[in-house]
Amino acid sequence: MDRVLVANRGEIACRIIRSCRAAGYSPVAVHSDADAGALHVRLADAARRIGPPPVAESYLDQDAVLGAARELGARLIHPGYGLLSENAGFARRVIEEGLVWVGPDPDTIAAMGDKDRARAIAAAAGVPVLGGTHRLDASDTEGVLAAAHRVGFPLLVKATAGGGGIGMRRVDAPGDLAARAESIGGLAGRIFGDDGIFLERLVPRARHVEVQVIGFGDGRVIHLFDRDCSVQRRYQKVIEEAPAPDLDAGIRDGLAQAACALAASQRYLGAGTVEFLVDCDTGEFHFLEMNTRLQVEHPATEMITGLDIVALQLALADGSPVAPEPDARGHAIECRIYAENPSRRFLPSPGTLETFVLPPERDGLRIETGYEARDEVSRWYDPLIAKLVVHGDNRPAALACLANALADIAIEGIATNLDLLRQVVRDPEFRSGPVDTGYLERAVAGLLATVRGNERG
Amino acid sequence: MAEVRVLSEVTGTAWKILVREGQDVETDEELMIAEAMKMEIPHYAPAAGRVRTVCVEEGAPISEDDLLFILDT
Repeated sequence: MDRVLVANRGEIACRIIRSCRAAGYSPVAVHSDADAGALHVRLADAARRIGPPPVAESYLDQDAVLGAARELGARLIHPGYGLLSENAGFARRVIEEGLVWVGPDPDTIAAMGDKDRARAIAAAAGVPVLGGTHRLDASDTEGVLAAAHRVGFPLLVKATAGGGGIGMRRVDAPGDLAARAESIGGLAGRIFGDDGIFLERLVPRARHVEVQVIGFGDGRVIHLFDRDCSVQRRYQKVIEEAPAPDLDAGIRDGLAQAACALAASQRYLGAGTVEFLVDCDTGEFHFLEMNTRLQVEHPATEMITGLDIVALQLALADGSPVAPEPDARGHAIECRIYAENPSRRFLPSPGTLETFVLPPERDGLRIETGYEARDEVSRWYDPLIAKLVVHGDNRPAALACLANALADIAIEGIATNLDLLRQVVRDPEFRSGPVDTGYLERAVAGLLATVRGNERG
Repeated sequence: MAEVRVLSEVTGTAWKILVREGQDVETDEELMIAEAMKMEIPHYAPAAGRVRTVCVEEGAPISEDDLLFILDT
């Protein structure tokens, strides 16, 4: 039986292992010292240690991962999401070793990973991109100001090397620009060793809507509908829905066509996601970025289509014929349970899961996790503990299913966002339908006050 | 002149230290960025003043409530 090395950890490694087995492959795993007893290691047919707990010395160590692939006799490597999944250099090495890379062409990964190039490629494919600049020198006050007037206010000053909300400031008026630009440039120089900045138009109220695409590598691309991921904190998604609720049919078609056009221009192979910002006030949409890998929230799409996206990835990478016939049914919602404390700026809270009780899976309820009771949620890795994915005939039915499932979860030992999720699902603003990307951070204080009120009552 | 002690909000690593001893800082200026669970968590100056002591080395592991900086404000 052909072996697939799953070069990841946690819930996504466990989830990929399942589809490997169903597709007739033997899944094998890698692990750091911190994960020696982890669920993904226990589920795999074989596993190798690849280093100490820090990701740079284990899951990101390309030599160690490739060495493990050789020792375990793997023929394919599935990178999951995060870690090495969007590392074009690693993808090239996998292919040079004669192994099958479960992902798109390394050149496509590299092109989409470079913000400037991705915007240019999207624009060339006829996809609307947000107004913005190329790299600027923050000390060139007049140049920055002239560029800002072309972009328009309000705008964002961003560090070219930044990400995840670090090295980013909103500027509302020309008078604030020079000081903000210099402070971001200086900060970026000290943090990233690169003081380049750029400006980007700010959309004050926007939804995050993305399209799941599947490319066949020959220019043919299909889409598996859209997802709304507007419930976010610290620029990270918390709740995702498929399809995006209450989206104008013209906008929905426009997003799908734009996503397919971009992927087709790259002769895209496998699963990818094209992300857009949709302006709540005007309905205009703009390209954000393309993720050239499996997305955390792909199960929401699987719930409405009945397709197995990981199985499609494996088949397409391995040259097996597939002919998925996308058809969407009902509404799906995924929510992410994080080891974090919402009442303390969503700060992470590693520790031991003293109690970890999840409801059993049933029709319309799917659970993805890489943990079991008594496991340690390590400070070395991301704070995602579990994903709850529900499906109903419509959005109210899915919300009811989600509320029931959340009520049946018990986690003790570490702080989590579970109470906040329960409040969001009850919140009239969220229930009545589409929210913008600022919703969660705006609502968190009020929602948590309700939690404390309930506890007292 | 008052002494202000800046403590770590998280258990993780002192990823980047952004100020030196003797440096003047503004209110809400970034002093250090901690890294924990793959998130970067900035620590800010609670008040304007001068950095008297930097109590942590860049890259060192830190625990919640560890003393990071002493500021004279």
